[in-house]
Amino acid sequence: MAHAGTLDIRGLNKQYEVKGQPLPVLQDIHLTIAPGEFVSIVGTSGCGKSTLLRLVIGLEEGYEGEILLDGARIQGTNLNRGIVFQEHRLFPWLTVEKNIALGLLNADLTEGQQRETIREHIELVGLKGFEKAYPHQLSGGMSQRVAIARALVNRPDILLLDEPFGALDAMTRAHLQQELHRIWQTEGITMILVTHDVEEAVYLGDKVVVMEPRPGRIRRTVPVPLAHPRDRANPEFAFIRNAVLGELGEPGGAALAEPPWRPVRPDPAWNIGRWQFAV
Amino acid sequence: MSREKSTWVVPPALRGWVLPLLILVVWWWAVASGWSTSPLLVSPAAVWERAVQQVTSGELWTALSASLWRNARGFALGASLGLAFGVLLGWSRWADRLVGPSFHTLKQISLFAWIPILSMWFGLGDGAKVAFIAMAAFFPMVLNTFEGLRSVPREYIEVGRVYGFGLWQQLTRVIAPSAAPSVFTGVQLALIYSWLATLGGEYLMASGKGIGNTLIDGREHFWMDLVLFGVVVIGLVGYALNALTSALERRLLAWRDRTVGRY
Repeated sequence: MAHAGTLDIRGLNKQYEVKGQPLPVLQDIHLTIAPGEFVSIVGTSGCGKSTLLRLVIGLEEGYEGEILLDGARIQGTNLNRGIVFQEHRLFPWLTVEKNIALGLLNADLTEGQQRETIREHIELVGLKGFEKAYPHQLSGGMSQRVAIARALVNRPDILLLDEPFGALDAMTRAHLQQELHRIWQTEGITMILVTHDVEEAVYLGDKVVVMEPRPGRIRRTVPVPLAHPRDRANPEFAFIRNAVLGELGEPGGAALAEPPWRPVRPDPAWNIGRWQFAV
Repeated sequence: MSREKSTWVVPPALRGWVLPLLILVVWWWAVASGWSTSPLLVSPAAVWERAVQQVTSGELWTALSASLWRNARGFALGASLGLAFGVLLGWSRWADRLVGPSFHTLKQISLFAWIPILSMWFGLGDGAKVAFIAMAAFFPMVLNTFEGLRSVPREYIEVGRVYGFGLWQQLTRVIAPSAAPSVFTGVQLALIYSWLATLGGEYLMASGKGIGNTLIDGREHFWMDLVLFGVVVIGLVGYALNALTSALERRLLAWRDRTVGRY
């Protein structure tokens, strides 16, 4: 059922022009994401992780290097890539089902198929009974579920998530993380999650890409070789989480976590694409 | 809550009537008690008699229908031109740069300053009046349409792009609904302004029939009751127009009605 494609980012450079001066945002990004993989990207603000997602979705253009999906260069947006933004971005003038239906506006489906797909996806995100509700009648968590359903309704190969749970309270967030994990397993698609929540990144990711700012670069990729569902209290989980936290800290601070973390440090050769889980 | 009940003996739905009724009573008292003997203040009863006379003789209907028809034509012309022009300015930065400054200069000119020009171009007949009303409707329509189009969140447009919306889909599915509340404010203002302009135009370009001409008639013959009757009719029409647009807004923009704050 996994119909996902391989995303290959090679030598990606991106810069903005600020007052006539070039400002590098992303520098020499190399990243390969296997079909069905869940990749978390963490980094402090300003490390270009959101820009990276916007490039992959196709909202941002003008870059050096290559972003390839199954070998084809990404150009503009496409229904085979979906995105969930930090704000739900639902249209306030449409009900839940009409908001989701908007995602299918350019899909090749009959009306009956559309209705069926919408119903399935409302069920998938657990919002049965809220079809006719307007966004202002929903909580933040529910709105984000609708946004996830809208992003998935075209059955994209890749789902991009740009800090989707950042604005939610801790309990809702933990719950939605479980839900997202379940959806990832049932849909079998590739997911790329940008977050600043390290625990979230480790909880969900097959690997965690740690980025550093000014200009945005990949500092390290930490594999998460733990079986699902993951237990946050598990010592191995804490071990990996601390490794990621160490990478995020100052170079001096990272030394603190140096010796015991050695085994986790990936060997570049087996780092990429190794940690996949059957779905 | 109980305190509020004791202070308010009038049911909420009727509270809007309290002030007009109070004024009516004071007015009636001022004349009946002899407190005011000025011919400038006639009794409510005299106004009522005049009202009955105007309605039964059909004079009210002749004047009112002429005014409303004039208002409708001016509004339709001004609002549709204003909508088109507002969309153009809001849509195209190029058009905005080209004609925006001229537009913003023209809109600073008091509407009434146009009357000499309009009456020289179109005479004092219906043409000039309709043109004047159209101008009154035009400016608020342009400004609010422009504002509506320019304040469509970029985030919404991006959502459209993610789902492969073409220009037409962006326009009908994202931009139009997002700009609708502001455009509707434009319609509302255009209606009110055009009604004000209808009276202003009739009064300043006196010819033919209309409620404005009824007022002139009353002034020239020193029929204070007719003048006061005219003012009441004008106010009621304005109230009706406002109620109409409010009801329309509640229906068309129901989603918005429930998202704005209540104080």
